[in-house]
Amino acid sequence: MKAPATPLLSIEDLSLVFRTRHGTVRALENVDLTVERGEIVGVVGESGSGKSVMAYAALGLQDAAAQVLGGRILFEGLDMLAAAPDVLAATRGREIAMIFQSPRTALNPIRKVGHQIADVLLEHTAVRRSDLRQRAIEALARVRIPDPERRYEAYPFELSGGMCQRVMIAMALACSPSLLIADEPTTGLDVTTQAVIMDLVREMSREARMSTLLITHDLGLAGEYCDRIAVMHAGHIVEVAPTVELLQRPAHPYTRQLLASTPTPRSSIDQLVSIPGQLPDLRSDLPACRFSARCERHVSACDERPLPWTVISPQHAVRCRVPL
Amino acid sequence: MHFFWKRLLGTIPSLIGVVLVTFVLSHALPGDPAAFFAGPAANAESIAEVRAKLGLDRSLPVQFFHYADDLRRGQLGNSLTTGQPVLNDLIERLPASLELTFFALLFAVAVAIPLGVWAATRPDSMVDHACRALVSIGAAFPTFFIGLLFVYLFYFLFDIAPQPLGRLNEIMYTAPPRITGAYTVDSILAGEWSVLRASLAQLVLPSVSLGMFALAPIARITRAAMLQALGSDFIRTARASGLPARKILFSYALRNAMLPVTNVLGMVFSFLLGGSVLIEQVYGWQGVGAYAVNAVISSDYAAVQGFVLAMALLYVLLNLVIDLIATAIDPRVRFES
Repeated sequence: MKAPATPLLSIEDLSLVFRTRHGTVRALENVDLTVERGEIVGVVGESGSGKSVMAYAALGLQDAAAQVLGGRILFEGLDMLAAAPDVLAATRGREIAMIFQSPRTALNPIRKVGHQIADVLLEHTAVRRSDLRQRAIEALARVRIPDPERRYEAYPFELSGGMCQRVMIAMALACSPSLLIADEPTTGLDVTTQAVIMDLVREMSREARMSTLLITHDLGLAGEYCDRIAVMHAGHIVEVAPTVELLQRPAHPYTRQLLASTPTPRSSIDQLVSIPGQLPDLRSDLPACRFSARCERHVSACDERPLPWTVISPQHAVRCRVPL
Repeated sequence: MHFFWKRLLGTIPSLIGVVLVTFVLSHALPGDPAAFFAGPAANAESIAEVRAKLGLDRSLPVQFFHYADDLRRGQLGNSLTTGQPVLNDLIERLPASLELTFFALLFAVAVAIPLGVWAATRPDSMVDHACRALVSIGAAFPTFFIGLLFVYLFYFLFDIAPQPLGRLNEIMYTAPPRITGAYTVDSILAGEWSVLRASLAQLVLPSVSLGMFALAPIARITRAAMLQALGSDFIRTARASGLPARKILFSYALRNAMLPVTNVLGMVFSFLLGGSVLIEQVYGWQGVGAYAVNAVISSDYAAVQGFVLAMALLYVLLNLVIDLIATAIDPRVRFES
């Protein structure tokens, strides 16, 4: 899956394992993903499919137990896995920003939210100390936080979850990054707040020509906000396609099952189908296709390595020998 | 400030409890002060006379009433051994103990907090193991043993410490004019630098041997609190925002970790006050600890009560200070109250 022009972010053939006391967890295997400038790309998968691991690796923030076996992550030509710590620190927050799930714990509980934004501005921009407060208030105002002067003085515990996520977005966007990684940004928020937060993310992306990598378990959410979606299963990206194409003509059996298990306004709850089986244990010996144990289309050829990409259309590829 | 007054009011029930418990405890002490003070030649009659003179023949509630009434008038009674008002004795000796305890705590904090932070940033490294070893040694050896060991090593063997005989070498130096009663502070106020040096030299061994005991809890809680803080979501956010490692470690992680550390400091300070009783004996320190030991041995009710009351007051005050520090660190504490 190589795009013609240089993409903003490209993850190439990334394999990553965790060395733990209980064995080696093969968290990511031969993962390829690109994010173009101004594009919103969704990464969808169950919990434990490796989507967050991939996101942290893109920031060069992988866990101490993580070991990269191969591949690289290029952000504007910078190899995030090989760059020096100070180069990485200068990129994070300035060029690539990230927002998280559970925004209330993602903010420092004993520091005023305004100061936390100011910390980021002070680190990455040439702002004068006397202007710092004003710039932080502007950042809060940009994400339409009402009464930003007063909110500047607030501590996270004084704000609602949705308001904390707005603060997080204000902090992430404070230095106008070219890539925003949103890791389950709406998990833990109520449904109306979810929509407001996602609308805000999309609007900010479009306005600033910023790319967004949206990590979510919710295919419905990704379908609504993303230009392109990558489906992840057990550390593999199994299918990548433009949103409409993926939703209408899924080629991977897993994607189809994921769609069938996603509620829509037109389907009743009885029509929802759960996906049989569970993610394979990533510490065990894994078959070439990690979905094979859950797949009804499994044929003997599926067990041959390597598992190839099948191109359905120029933008649509699937990692399956017997695509739909 | 509203918060401050509320906390201050909150100490009143503890104070009442302290007065009550002090009284009951000191009367539960074994030994009969009347018999002790009547002397070895006394007969039953003279003992009864002494008892009546001391008011010990009356019922406990009546004795308590008199005690509480005296307290109200700021009187702690006279010590039977020194013949002085207990209040004067305490005022005379308390600064020496506080000075010792304070320097012991200062030493413990100065060593244990950096050690805990360092160990937390490199879990399971050599530093971490060294931290654990030092902490175990500090916790495992009794305070008086470390005190004696230090005297043997640094005074007797290496001869680098002054003689362990009190707060100041009275032959070579004169105590500074009394203002606070702490020699270090008074000598600074009087501008007598040689006395300051001499009193600091006397302080080193006793405060280090006392402080060894406090290393363990402080270092352990610092390490644990730092590990927890460093593993939390907001540190991940700070890293993802590209904040410099120094800032993440100190203004984000350490400040959050200071809350449990402060609470433990309060507890440790009270341990140290207790531990200073032994250290004062070893180093000939003229503090309240030595005074209290004598009072207990000679069944000197008034002195024991006065000592326990003073310690309890200190403890209540200390808790108030800890609360205020906690409030300054964590805005949520202010919010909850």
